[in-house]
Amino acid sequence: MDYTRRGLLRGAGTAGALVAAFATGALRPADVFAAWNKSAFDAKSTADAMKALNVAGAADSTDIVIRAPDIAENGAVVPIDITSNIPGTESISLFVDKNPFPYVGTFDVAKGAMPYVHVRVKIGESSNVRAVVAAAGKYYQAAKEVKVTIGGCGG
Amino acid sequence: MGDPMKIRAKLEGDIADVRVLMAHPMETGQRKDAAGKVIPAHFIKEIRAELNGKVVWTADISQAVSRNPVFAFKVKGAKGGDKLRITWEDNTGDKRTDEITLGS
Repeated sequence: MDYTRRGLLRGAGTAGALVAAFATGALRPADVFAAWNKSAFDAKSTADAMKALNVAGAADSTDIVIRAPDIAENGAVVPIDITSNIPGTESISLFVDKNPFPYVGTFDVAKGAMPYVHVRVKIGESSNVRAVVAAAGKYYQAAKEVKVTIGGCGG
Repeated sequence: MGDPMKIRAKLEGDIADVRVLMAHPMETGQRKDAAGKVIPAHFIKEIRAELNGKVVWTADISQAVSRNPVFAFKVKGAKGGDKLRITWEDNTGDKRTDEITLGS
């Protein structure tokens, strides 16, 4: 997934902490993960999160299959399966539109995994669950509604 | 350092069907305790799966993932005897790595 330069700059504070960690030997280079896109995770709407991830304007696609319950009795644990049938799928990102912070995460499958992921998420209120797939430099999306009878944010 | 992950992998041809359960509170930072004090956010941010030392799957996630997260994914080009290692790191810098041998 492409991260914007702005996103990288915003992450610079974290980078400083990492440099300090290197200096003290607490971290070996191999232990460092890719930059966690804080601006996308902090976004309060799916549209803003997609902008921060540089995937705004993803085309609707029927080749992304989202399997999730129509009605979730417990919003704290909603199982979601996403399979992408788009050739060259590199990553799958997941959003829950009505959560306080809609961006759930990105699963990178480009380096030797199948275009599939299963994850269990919290859903605060009935909402669309949205998957965005990056494939060969293009972005695609699909959504599915999940109705929630007990919220996932009150515990 | 959290409790050990439960990693299970089933080989179907050269594809490893992996399921992993991590023990983690995944606290959102939105909840309050009985005294009305906000419980600080505490969640896994990044996960990495390696097959024989090569990164094959990564995830950047938020506090929206359920408590004691479960993930399933499929790794290509796997065979019996391969080492599958999974590492997570949370927002406090805590991390945990566990490894299994496929087909055993």
